[in-house]
Amino acid sequence: MTEPSLITACRSMLARDLVLAMRRRADVLTTLIFFLIVVSLFPLGVGPEIDILREIAPGVIWVAALLASMLSLGRLFSDDYQDGTLEQILLLPHPLAIIVLNKVVAHWLVSGLPLVIFSPLLGMQLGLNAESIGILMVTLILGTPVLSLLGSVGAALTVGLRGGGVLVSLLVLPLYIPVLIFGAGAVESAAAGLGVEAHMSLLGAFLAMSMVMAPWATAAALRISLD
Amino acid sequence: MLEVRDLECVRGDHRLFRGLNFTLHAGELLHLRGSNGSGKTSLLRTLCGLMAPADGQVLWRGKNIRAIRDEFFNQLIYLGHLGAIKGELTALENLRLAGQMAGLPGEEDSLLNAIAKMGLAGREDLPTKVLSAGQKRRVALARLLAHKAKLWVLDEPFNALDVKAVDLLKTLIAEHVREDGMVILTTHQEVEIDTGKIRHINLDA
Amino acid sequence: MAFQNSIIWLYFSSPKNFYPLAGKLIPVFAVLAVVLTVIGLYIGFFVAPTDYQQGDSYRIIFIHVPAAWMSMFIYIVMAMYAFVGLVWNIKMSEMMASAMAPTGAMFAFIALWTGALWGKPTWGAYWVWDARLTSELILLFLYIGFMSLESAIDDPRRAARASALIAVVGVVNVPIIYFSVKWWNTLHQGASVSPTMAPKMAAAMLNSMMIMVFAFWMYSIAVVLMRARNIILEREKQTTWVQELVTNKK
Repeated sequence: MTEPSLITACRSMLARDLVLAMRRRADVLTTLIFFLIVVSLFPLGVGPEIDILREIAPGVIWVAALLASMLSLGRLFSDDYQDGTLEQILLLPHPLAIIVLNKVVAHWLVSGLPLVIFSPLLGMQLGLNAESIGILMVTLILGTPVLSLLGSVGAALTVGLRGGGVLVSLLVLPLYIPVLIFGAGAVESAAAGLGVEAHMSLLGAFLAMSMVMAPWATAAALRISLD
Repeated sequence: MLEVRDLECVRGDHRLFRGLNFTLHAGELLHLRGSNGSGKTSLLRTLCGLMAPADGQVLWRGKNIRAIRDEFFNQLIYLGHLGAIKGELTALENLRLAGQMAGLPGEEDSLLNAIAKMGLAGREDLPTKVLSAGQKRRVALARLLAHKAKLWVLDEPFNALDVKAVDLLKTLIAEHVREDGMVILTTHQEVEIDTGKIRHINLDA
Repeated sequence: MAFQNSIIWLYFSSPKNFYPLAGKLIPVFAVLAVVLTVIGLYIGFFVAPTDYQQGDSYRIIFIHVPAAWMSMFIYIVMAMYAFVGLVWNIKMSEMMASAMAPTGAMFAFIALWTGALWGKPTWGAYWVWDARLTSELILLFLYIGFMSLESAIDDPRRAARASALIAVVGVVNVPIIYFSVKWWNTLHQGASVSPTMAPKMAAAMLNSMMIMVFAFWMYSIAVVLMRARNIILEREKQTTWVQELVTNKK
C-alpha cells in the first residue's frame, strides 16, 4: 500500500475546484455582478451627491462584499454534497481540515478575488480618491479570505438543509462584524488622512486566526452534517 | 480484519438496530440484507466512519476506526447511492481526481484500463453529464479497479447496471475476495456471487 | 475526593439520573428566585434613593443590568456545555446547552428592551448606537442563530451537535466582536455619552442590583432545568425508563 501524499491531495483539490468553477463560469459571475449591482443601487437610494456618497462608500462597498461573499457560500459544499463527492472527501486519508482549507482557498479565488479586483471601479463611482481606493483593495485582500473562512463553518453546518441559504446568513453575518468594522474603518481613516496601521494589523490578525481555527471547525461541522 | 462490537444505530427517534456483532476477515464477503429502512445504508456509513454509532464500536485491525481515520480510509473504498461523479468532468478526469485527492499516484494507463474494462472505452473524454445513469455508475465502479483498496463497501452496487455490467461486477467482486480482499455490500435482489466465503446478515431479523 | 467527584458527575451526566435530580432542584431554585426578586425589587423601588441626575428613571437598571449580565453569562456557560458535549460526546451536556439558549435570548431581549426604555429619557431616543447596546443586539443575533440552526435540523442528535458547534464558534468570536464594536463606537463617538452609573453608587442601589442578579440567576437555573427535563423526555422517549415513567404517571 503506497503512502498517500497530502501535497498531491491538496493540489488536486484546489485544481479540481478551480476547473469546476471555470466550467460553470455563470455561477462565478453571479457573485461579482451581485456585488456591482448592490453598490450601484446606493446612489439611486441615497441621491447622487458625491460628498455623501464618498462618506458612505467604504461602508457600502464592504457591506456589499459581505453580502456577496455570503451568497456565494451556498456553492461551497452543496454541489459536492448533492452528487456524493462530499462523502468521498470525508473519506480521504488526510486531515480533513487541511483539505477543507484548500477548498476554501479555491472558493475565495473564484468568489472573493474578483470582488477585490473590481472594487476600484466601485470606489471611483462613489468618489473615493486613489489613496483610499488602494487602502480599500488591501483591506479587501485581507478581509475577504476571512469571510470565506468563517463562512465555510456556516456553509458546512447548513449543507443539505432546506432553507440553508437564509440560515447561513443568520449564523455567519454576526461573525463578519469585526471584519466589516475594521475593513470599512481603515478606508474611512485613510480618507480622513489618518493612519491605518492598526486596522491593517488587526485584519491581518483576523486572517491568521481564522486560517488556523476555521478549517478545524468546518471539518467538524462537515462530519456532523453528514452524520 | 474488520470487527464490529455491540453496534447500535439510531436515526432520529428510531432505533435501526442494536447489539450487532460480527467479524469480517480477509478473503470474505459480507452480504447485508434487509427491507427498506432497516438500516443497511446507515450500517455501511457507520462502518466507513461517516456516521457515529449510538453505541458500540467498529474496529479495523483491532483499533477503533475513529482513532486511525487516515490509515483506515487509505484501505477503504466506499461507493454510496450517489456515485460522486462530477457531470462537468470527463470520466478520466473524475477518476484521476478521485485518486489524486486520495493522494495516490495516478498512472494514466491504469486509469484508462479501468475505464476500458468497465466498457467505457472511447467515452473517457466526454463530460460525464452526457452519459446515461448506468454509464455514470460504471465510471463510479471504475474506481474499484483504478485504486486498489483492501476493503470495498458497496451500497446497492448493482443498481442501474445492465446484465452485462452486473456480471462484470460480480466477477470483480469474486476476484477481489479471492485475492484476500474484503467486500461488504447490500442488495435488494438475490445475487449469486461465485466465491468461497460469503456471510449473510439480515437486518430484519 | 476528586475521584468521587468525577463519579458523581458521570452519574448525573446520564439523562436517566439527571431527570429526577433536576425535578428535585427546580422548586428550590424557583422559590429562591421569587424571594430574591421580591427583596431586590423592594429595595430597588422603595429603599434606594432617587438619582440626582436621572431621577427615578434610572431604577430600570435593576432589571436592565442583571438581564444584560445574565445574557452574556448564559452564552458563555452554554458554549461550555456545548464544548463538553462535542468533545466528550456527552448527550446531557448538549441538552443543557439547548435548554439554556431560549433563556439567554430572553435576557438579551429584555436587556435591549429596557435599554431602549432607559435611553428615551437619558439620550432622548429609544435607540442609539451605543457600544453596549450594539453588542447586546449582536448577542441576541447569535442566540437566534443557535436556535434557528437547531430547529432547522430534523435529526435531534445532529441538531444538538451542529448548534453546539456554532455556540463554540460564537463564543470564540464574542470577545473579538465586543472589542471591535467598542473600537468602532469610540471612533464614531458623537454627542451620545453612555449613561454610566454614578461613581459612588448608593449602597442600596448596589445591593438591589446584586440581589436581582442572584434572582435572575436562580430563575435561569430553575427554567433551564425545567426545559432540560422536557428535552430529556423528548429525546429519550424510546428508552424504557421514559416509557415506564410516562405509563406510571397515567
